[in-house]
Amino acid sequence: MAAPAADPPVTRNMFLNIGPSHPAMHGIIQIVTQLDGERIVSTDVEIGYLHRGFEKESERGPYNNVIPYTDRLNYVSPLINNFGYCLAVERLLGIEATERCQYIRVIMSELSRVCDHLTCVGASAMEVGAFTVFLYMIKAREWLWELVELVAGARLTISYGRVGGVKADLPEEFVPRTRKALEDVRKVLLECDMLLTRNRIFVDRMQDTGVISKDKAISYGITGPFLRGCGVALDVRKANPYFVYDRMRFDVPTGSHGDNYDRYLVRMEEMEQSMRIVEQAMSDLPPGPLNVDYEGKVLPAEVMVDEAKMGHVAGFKSVRVQVDPTLEGSTRGYHDAVNASEKRAVLPAKEDTYGNIEGLMHHFKLIMVGHGIRPQQGEYYSAVEGANGELGFYVMSDGSDRPYRVRVRPPCFTIMAALPELLIGDMVADIVPTFGSVNMIGGELDR
Amino acid sequence: MTSDLTTMLHARFPAQIIAAHNYRSQQTVLIKREGLLEITRALKDDPSMAFDFLMDLSCVDYLKFGKSQASAPTLTTPSPLPYYMEPKTDAETWTRGVSHDEYRFELVYHFYSSSLNHRLRVKVPLTSADLTVDSLTGLWHSADWFEREVWDMFGVRFAGHPNLKRILMYEEFKGHPLRKDYPVRKRQPLIGPAN
Repeated sequence: MAAPAADPPVTRNMFLNIGPSHPAMHGIIQIVTQLDGERIVSTDVEIGYLHRGFEKESERGPYNNVIPYTDRLNYVSPLINNFGYCLAVERLLGIEATERCQYIRVIMSELSRVCDHLTCVGASAMEVGAFTVFLYMIKAREWLWELVELVAGARLTISYGRVGGVKADLPEEFVPRTRKALEDVRKVLLECDMLLTRNRIFVDRMQDTGVISKDKAISYGITGPFLRGCGVALDVRKANPYFVYDRMRFDVPTGSHGDNYDRYLVRMEEMEQSMRIVEQAMSDLPPGPLNVDYEGKVLPAEVMVDEAKMGHVAGFKSVRVQVDPTLEGSTRGYHDAVNASEKRAVLPAKEDTYGNIEGLMHHFKLIMVGHGIRPQQGEYYSAVEGANGELGFYVMSDGSDRPYRVRVRPPCFTIMAALPELLIGDMVADIVPTFGSVNMIGGELDR
Repeated sequence: MTSDLTTMLHARFPAQIIAAHNYRSQQTVLIKREGLLEITRALKDDPSMAFDFLMDLSCVDYLKFGKSQASAPTLTTPSPLPYYMEPKTDAETWTRGVSHDEYRFELVYHFYSSSLNHRLRVKVPLTSADLTVDSLTGLWHSADWFEREVWDMFGVRFAGHPNLKRILMYEEFKGHPLRKDYPVRKRQPLIGPAN
């Protein structure tokens, strides 16, 4: 007697919860996966664990109060967020920052972009086992953050942008120090390139994982290096130039396969292009402040304040005061070079505030509740190229001193929406490099 | 090329378009809710417009528009210019196009065309009595999460959305936090297993 034919083995899909707090997930996010063996059948992405109500909080205070909140959106490249928001409000007011200020914004944005890409590539290399690369890249990022610290006075929550300008001018030693830092960063990148680009382990993990087609990526609204990895040469800096990007010569690198490896290559090349832009901008930087005034007088800040307290303010208008540029009370020379000559939006130099009645009135007109920066009713959507893609700020004014609505279009939001598309069909282990190449930043995603 | 986008739409959908304006060189059309799917499909498929990106979708609650203390009539808006400033001769003015009382909410779509490199803002005013609008998930994948966020924050329903649930807040959350009548300092009980 033949035994009855055995039933085919019954298999069931397994549910696996990854996150919200998982060592391989930098950022708090939950991915609920359904697995058939090691293959991902479906995923469900849960976000919102870092929601702080950015848009609601922005509506509460005056226009410049939003700037510290924007630092905390993409906290790896906060300078780009600062400038994106400032650009929206400036256009709403119909004003233009000075040329020197625009060059400074370009330089600082590009340094931030390099920092962001270093973090992204370094972290995803670490997650597939290349710990050395992570340490090297974080070291390189440290040199760049030292430059940011030199300029803005802080490393992470820099709040360097202002509506109509920036907080302070570049310090004296900025250009030589940046040249040195870029030279060092290039060496590190070369070394990392040798460690990764032809590394069999790295290439096997990255190639053909997390693939998305060009059309799908566009339909998902994906921008930035992620889209360029699919072969679409779209860059807001080229397509709709803002600041002075139209004067810079740089290339937009693209991939062709839309997989993790192409995105890695695009990011590596973009860092080089960003450094190219920084170097061009530094050599074209319009002349800035003088160190001494035409009479050769330099007044230390504390002396100026003491003199003003005693009423000795005659001649303050013609004297430049020596203040550390990272302090708010930068000299008038600095102040005029980096701030738009627009009294509706830009606070006067501190010498004017403390030194003469017009300056003091001007200061209070911008500081008092109900006065401040008051664009007429209107709306503006500013698009800048963030490190992850198009960073949009939609600002709306109802004529009062606080924004009626501030909406951020976070670039990694749309990429995260496409995450199921990227993961389904891949192995569990591929989640890690794919998620790394998304470069999810919780602060920006959840706002 | 781009300057006649709004006129082209006007000629093609005269019944659906309420208003169109160009403010700070950004083009906006205000359309009726019923025409949304038809117009956006044309925006995507017509080769002379070719909007392949739905870049952004947000919503604005006009409940307190122009009614805050600082924009009150005692302080005229914009504030009078100081003596040292010249009034701008080419000052643009912006108007919404519909009444704030009748249409409390307004959806704001930002479209971008990568091939023709132009942008368009499409706005859909909604009455608070009927906060439903057609979903664009069939046309752009990016509409999926954007619409979930608008539902979460403003309580606008999207008909035809496959999975319309909260995205940033948790399911047990009551109310829609970005509405202007939701107090900033309001607290809701924490959820989750006790200890």
